[in-house]
Amino acid sequence: MEVGLKMAMKGGGDHVGGCEKEKMGFEETELRLGLPGGGGGGEGGGGEVVRKRGFSETVDLKLNLSSKQDTSGIDPNDEKVTGLNKEKNLLLSAIDPAKPPAKAQVVGWPPVRSFRKNMLATATQKSSTDESGGEKVAFVKVSMDGAPYLRKVDLRMYTSYHQLSDALAKMFSSFTIGNCGSQGVKDFMNESKLMDLLNGSDYVPTYEDKDGDWMLVGDVPWEMFVESCKRLRIMKGTEAIGLAPKAVEKCKKRS
Amino acid sequence: MNYFPDEVLEHVFDSIASHKDRNSVSLVCKSWYRIERYSRRRVFIGNCYSISPERLIARFPGLKSLTLKGKPHFADFNLVPYDWGGFVYPWIKALAESGIGLEELRLKRMVVSDESLELLSKSFANFKSLVLVSCEGFSADGLAAVAANCRFLRELDLQENEVDDHRGHWLSCFPESCTSLVSLNFACLKGEVNLGALERLVSRSPNLKSLRLNRLVPLDTLQKLLMRAPQLVDLGIGSYVHDPSSEASNKLKHAIQRCKSIVSLSGFLEVAPRCMSAIYPICGNLTTLNLSYAPGLHGNKLTKLIQHCRKLQRLWILDRIGDKGLGVVASTCKELQELRVFPSDPFGAGNDAVTEEGLVLVSAGCPKLNSLLYFCQQMTNAALITVARNCPNFIRFRLCILDPVKPDPVTNQPLDEGFGAIVQSCKRLKRLSLSGLLTDQVFLYIGMYAEQLEMLSIAFAADSDKGMLYVLNGCKKLRKLEIRDCPFGNSALLEDVGKYETMRSLWMSSCEVTLGGCKTVAEKMPSLNVEIINESDQTEFNLDEGQKVDKMYLYRTLVGHRKDAPESVWIL
Repeated sequence: MEVGLKMAMKGGGDHVGGCEKEKMGFEETELRLGLPGGGGGGEGGGGEVVRKRGFSETVDLKLNLSSKQDTSGIDPNDEKVTGLNKEKNLLLSAIDPAKPPAKAQVVGWPPVRSFRKNMLATATQKSSTDESGGEKVAFVKVSMDGAPYLRKVDLRMYTSYHQLSDALAKMFSSFTIGNCGSQGVKDFMNESKLMDLLNGSDYVPTYEDKDGDWMLVGDVPWEMFVESCKRLRIMKGTEAIGLAPKAVEKCKKRS
Repeated sequence: MNYFPDEVLEHVFDSIASHKDRNSVSLVCKSWYRIERYSRRRVFIGNCYSISPERLIARFPGLKSLTLKGKPHFADFNLVPYDWGGFVYPWIKALAESGIGLEELRLKRMVVSDESLELLSKSFANFKSLVLVSCEGFSADGLAAVAANCRFLRELDLQENEVDDHRGHWLSCFPESCTSLVSLNFACLKGEVNLGALERLVSRSPNLKSLRLNRLVPLDTLQKLLMRAPQLVDLGIGSYVHDPSSEASNKLKHAIQRCKSIVSLSGFLEVAPRCMSAIYPICGNLTTLNLSYAPGLHGNKLTKLIQHCRKLQRLWILDRIGDKGLGVVASTCKELQELRVFPSDPFGAGNDAVTEEGLVLVSAGCPKLNSLLYFCQQMTNAALITVARNCPNFIRFRLCILDPVKPDPVTNQPLDEGFGAIVQSCKRLKRLSLSGLLTDQVFLYIGMYAEQLEMLSIAFAADSDKGMLYVLNGCKKLRKLEIRDCPFGNSALLEDVGKYETMRSLWMSSCEVTLGGCKTVAEKMPSLNVEIINESDQTEFNLDEGQKVDKMYLYRTLVGHRKDAPESVWIL
């Protein structure tokens, strides 16, 4: 018995070529045996082909396929198919093409356990906030030794230490910031320069992190700094000597 | 055979572990039946309504371990009413009253009340192991009863259950004398647990090998637990968010490194990707890794982690890994046997989803692959044919294309040929799930080639009754058939009703079978329960025989109609 129940969709001369290629590796296994228990023999025309119930009676899922269907070899004489196409078009016009297909309306599809769906929904919420770095704003207090008042900056406004130090410089322009520019920050990486700076009376930018420790600004990648910084303090160099051992340790580790 | 004393035969039977084999043994002759039934310790019941607790107890008085499954598989996907059935209470009550020395109870998709758990905990002095998978109906109170009363408890394993949580005082209910815990899994609980009690419990459980925490166990507790249990083999981390440069992170890293026996890692219900480097030291030993609840892990951080896991045999992951990530799996995990790729966005179109490319890469790189669950955007026949050639050892092949009727996007053809290649090549295939655009053709292939097939799941497929007939006629070992949204009607259903007695169950929903057809099956086969599930608001079932049935579930049974069906279920 010739295999391949003729499906209205599969027909069409222009498709045969494609089919042949597709079946290339499979020809040897193409089934030629009679069916167990059933008669062989053909079906008449398209009459016995029963359309999937899913088309007209459930939510139409093939919104993106319908245009393809028009060009594939559908027997134009098959009234059922024409009728269905009409229904599809109706559905299409009713649905905003910009929205994704109405998959979510099919009960129980995709077949994922409710438990898993719920867990992922919660997890996705949390992880998306993690990715965006938590809150959309990150205001931290900035104090500078000797300044009469504190300021606040939104760390999320900046994307690098350079930008932050420029902003701080502007903020505290009436006071001497000294080497808080980008070069200044880089200098902290350099051990000898560091010791010079800290021995001087220049200012040192420091911050309090999530653990409550006071750290030197500039060691960690920017994103990490933004997430862990609770407040900023621009210390006088002389006061920052207590930080020096830690900073020197870090410098040693780097080299 | 008749000249061996019973003890000798018992001794021989002891070494026969498989349920199938023991069942066969019991059919040999009367004396073997008798010896087998007295020596049987473990029983597996795949459908709790196929037999009654009384008959179970009568036949196997020496029963120690019972596994029960309740609701049909499609209950997982909200296709079965919540009150359909599957109550464990009658089983526990009957076992308790019978004097059976139950030690282990494993339940799947059953309704477990706090009352049942309390009765369980008080009725069996030697109770050791409770495993609940996808169950519901109980709260932390039930767990408290188990903790308090099961003095020799070794295993409390809660997997993906819907638990009515109160604050977690249940952990404190383990008495100080309880030192026997080997496995504790409460990852699915949403409530807080008493952290001090947890730490003390772990400290006094030297045999603890498996520990899976929920989301609300903070990092410092995790670190303390690991320091006290470096002998762990299986670890489930709940929350894993920390600043890698912090002191807490260093302590954790140190604690993790001490756990040299961990071969299975899961959880990460809350995770910050940059923290994963602390895990690297133990990755080389991992054989099982489940990251399927961690959508925050993707891209480089994820692939870098996987590159450390050269011994992996089982990997559960989200489709955010992408085809490229699967390529990394293919080149790293040469021992891989089981892969599950879940959709990270089960509600809509996945943008990060995987395609046929990822699957082909894994099949090429992991020749030992034998079990697959793969949710993907699309699949091609060519890819499936390649996969079939690369991996002829599939035992489980479950493919779910997110758009359920999607054809091969390259050729616009149905996926008949691709799945046909799979069933032809994988001679040991026991479980198959189909999706995508499929005609009757694929079922012809299945009927012809899938000789070992035991479970088949079909959705939105086929053109006519022929599809179902090919399968029923061809698959001699078929046990479970579940079908939704296919054009199979009465002539397929009624062709060979005797077949259903050789199977555990048949599910058909949104197909073409009518009430009349279902009634005919019920009339002809008294050994089957034919259930019609009707969840609409109709106060009485429409008695028109020609009415299409929305959901039908039939199963073989030795005990006739069940008495606990709700109103929405009509047993014919």
